[in-house]
Amino acid sequence: MTTQKTISRETDLSGQEYQWGFVTDVETELAPKGLNEDIVRLISEKKGEPEWLLEWRLKAFKHWESLNESEGEPGWAMIDYPGIDFQDIYYYAAPKGAEEAPKSLDDVDPEMLETFEKLGIPLQERAKLAGVAVDAVFDSVSVATTMEDKLAELGIIFCSFNEAVKKHPELVKKYLGSVVPHTDNFYAALNSAVFSDGSFAYIPPGVKCPIELMTYFRINTEGSGQFERTLIVADKGAYVSYLEGCTAPFRKSHQLHAAVVELVALDDSEIKYSTIQNWFPGTKEGEGGVYNFVTKRGRADKNAKISWTQVETGSAITWKYPSVILRGDNSVGEFFSVALANNHQQADTGTKMIHIGKNTKSTIVSKGISAGQGNNTYRGQVQIMPGAENATNHTQCDSLLVGDKCGAHTVPYIEVRNPTARLEHEASTSKVSDDQLFYLMARGLSEEEAHHMIITGWSRDVIKELPFEFAVEAAQLLKVSLEGAVG
Amino acid sequence: MLEIKNLHASVADVEDSEILKGIDLNVKPGEVHAIMGPNGSGKSTLANVLMGRPDYEVTDGDVLFEGESIIEMAPDQRAHLGMFLAFQYPAEIPGVRPWQFLKAALDAKAEARGEQKMSVRNFSKLFDEKVEAVGINPQLVKRSLNDGFSGGEKKRNEMLQLEVLQPALAVLDETDSGLDVDALRIVAEGVNSMRSPERSFIVVTHYQRLLNYITPDVVHILVKGKIVKTGGPDLALEVEKEGYREYLEAAGVSN
Repeated sequence: MTTQKTISRETDLSGQEYQWGFVTDVETELAPKGLNEDIVRLISEKKGEPEWLLEWRLKAFKHWESLNESEGEPGWAMIDYPGIDFQDIYYYAAPKGAEEAPKSLDDVDPEMLETFEKLGIPLQERAKLAGVAVDAVFDSVSVATTMEDKLAELGIIFCSFNEAVKKHPELVKKYLGSVVPHTDNFYAALNSAVFSDGSFAYIPPGVKCPIELMTYFRINTEGSGQFERTLIVADKGAYVSYLEGCTAPFRKSHQLHAAVVELVALDDSEIKYSTIQNWFPGTKEGEGGVYNFVTKRGRADKNAKISWTQVETGSAITWKYPSVILRGDNSVGEFFSVALANNHQQADTGTKMIHIGKNTKSTIVSKGISAGQGNNTYRGQVQIMPGAENATNHTQCDSLLVGDKCGAHTVPYIEVRNPTARLEHEASTSKVSDDQLFYLMARGLSEEEAHHMIITGWSRDVIKELPFEFAVEAAQLLKVSLEGAVG
Repeated sequence: MLEIKNLHASVADVEDSEILKGIDLNVKPGEVHAIMGPNGSGKSTLANVLMGRPDYEVTDGDVLFEGESIIEMAPDQRAHLGMFLAFQYPAEIPGVRPWQFLKAALDAKAEARGEQKMSVRNFSKLFDEKVEAVGINPQLVKRSLNDGFSGGEKKRNEMLQLEVLQPALAVLDETDSGLDVDALRIVAEGVNSMRSPERSFIVVTHYQRLLNYITPDVVHILVKGKIVKTGGPDLALEVEKEGYREYLEAAGVSN
C-alpha cells in the first residue's frame, strides 16, 4: 500500500492541547477591513478575474447586503454567540507577492513551505506524500498544488480555484453556483461575494482518479476571514476521493470561516468527500476559536453516488450540513459524521438528503460526542419528493456524553411525500460507563487511554469510512481534543 | 505474593456502608485460594477492592503485593505489577476489537515496566495461539469486545486475556450463582492450564461446584465481611453439604 505514510507523522500528538496553534511570520497584504462593493471589486481585481465573475460576485454581494439588512444571520441553529461584526473582518489577506500564482515550488516563500511541513503536509518533491495530490491554501491564496502534471496525463484537472477560473473558465462558469446558488443562505451569499481561493477538480468521463486529492486549508492572519470555494465535478462514470484538512493558529479573537463546497456527480459517477476539520476550537475558558459556517452540497445524477465523511473536532462553532440532492434515479447519498464538542465548543451539524429520483437511497450515521461544557446538536432533514418512488433512508443518530455539564440534542426533520418510501430512524444516547473504564484500566490502560479507546470504538462506524491515513489522524485527533475532558 | 492486613472497605462516599470488616489473608506464590461465602458476605467486593475499583474506599488496613502497598494505586498500576481480575460481568465495549484491546493492554504493561513492546507480528502469533487454546470462536474476536457475547463467550474471552497477559496473581470473581456448567468448566480449564509455582490465584465463588474442577490449596469462608474459617479443600465440601448456617449463626445473622 503506497499511502501508508500518515499525514500526521510530523506532528507529535501527545502532550500539548492544540499544537497547530503557531503563527507563520510572513508579510501579508491586507485589504482594508470591512465589506462593501469596493472590497468585492478589489478581490476580483487582485485575482485578475474576468468580468462575468465580478458580476457574479456583485450580484451575490447585493443579495447578502439585503439579507443582512432584513434578517441578518440565520438564528435557527442551537448555537449561542454574540453575533459577528462583518465590518470588522479582513476579507482579503494574502502572503505578499502571491497575487501571481507561483510557477513552481522554487517560487514559494520558504516560510510557507515550512508551515505546511510543520503541519505534516510537505509540498516539496522529495518529501511529498505518497498517493496524495495536495492543494495547499494559506489564508486567501492557494500556495501550491502538487502532482498537477501527473494528473493532467489522465485528463484530471486539480488546481486552485483561481487557476481554474483562468484556465478552464467554461467548466467553472457551467458549474459554479449550480448546486449552491448565491441565494441559498446568508453565508453562501457572503462566500459568493468574497470567496478568495479554494480547490477545483474535474475528473473526465470514465476516469477513476488513482490517487487521493487533498486540500489543506490554513488560516494565519489575525482578524481575517477565510472564504474558500471548492468545486468538484465527476463527469459520467468517473470516480474521485477527495480529502480536506484544516487548522488555524491559537488566537484569542474569533476568526470567521464561511466556505462553500459544491459537488457535481454526473451519471454513474462517484465522489467520496472526507473532511477532518480541526480549526482552533478556542481556549478552555471559551476565548477565541473559529466560527465555522459552511455550506456543502452535492448533486447526484442517475446511478451516481456521493458520500460525505466528516470528523469535526475543531472550531468554537460548527454550523454545517453536508447534503445530497438525489435527483437521478438510483442515486445514493451517504453521510458519516463524528462531531466533538469539548470545553465551550458548540456544534450544530447534520445533513440533508433530498430524494427526487426513483429508487434513491440515503444513509446517515451521525455520532456526536459532548464533553466539558460542550453542546452538540444533530440536525438532519430527509425529504422524499412525490416522484421518488421506492426511496429508502436509514438514519442512525448516536450521542455520547462525557461528564455531566455537556449537552446532546437531536433534531431530525422527516418529510415524506411518496407512500412507497421506507425510512428508518434510530437514535441513542449513552455515557462512558464506570464499568467500561474500570474494565479497561484493570487490564493496564490509563484512564485517558481507556476513555480514548471507548470513544474511538464508539465512533468506529464512521472512522472506518475514512481513507486509511485520515482514519489514523482522526483517531489521534479525538484523543488530543478530549484531553482535559476526562478524569 | 499477596498480603492482606486488617482490610476494611466501604462504598465510596456513603456513610456507614462498611462491607469488608478486617480481612487478613496471605497468598504465597503458586497457591490457589478459594473464598466462599453466602450472598452479601463481601466476596465480590473483596475481588474488586483488590483491583482498585473506584466505587469502594479502603478505610483501614493495607494490601501488599510482593511487599509493596498497592491501596493507593490506580487499577492500571496494579495491572502493570502483574495483577489481574477476571470479571463476573465483563463490560461490553462497542467498536473495540479484542485484538486491539489486548495489544494496547500488553503495550501499556511493557511500557510501565520499561520492557520492550511486543512486535505486531509476534503478538498476532501469540494471539492466534491463545484463541485456539482457549477455544474461543475466531469470528468472535473480530467483533466488538464482549458486545453481544453469550455468558460462556464472555468467560472464554476473560480466559483469553488471562492467557495473553500472564499475570502473577489472578483474582477470579465467580460469585454468580447462575453460572452454568459450561462456563464453570471454561474458567477451571483456564486456571488449571495456568497454574505454576510462580503464579497465584484467588477464586471467589458462592458454590462449591467450581471447586470440583479446581482444587484449591486453601479455602476461606467469608461471612459479613470477615473470614470466619480457613481450611483445606475439605472445607469446601463441608460447606456444600452443611451450607453456611453455622457460620451465619456464629456471626449473629439469621439466615
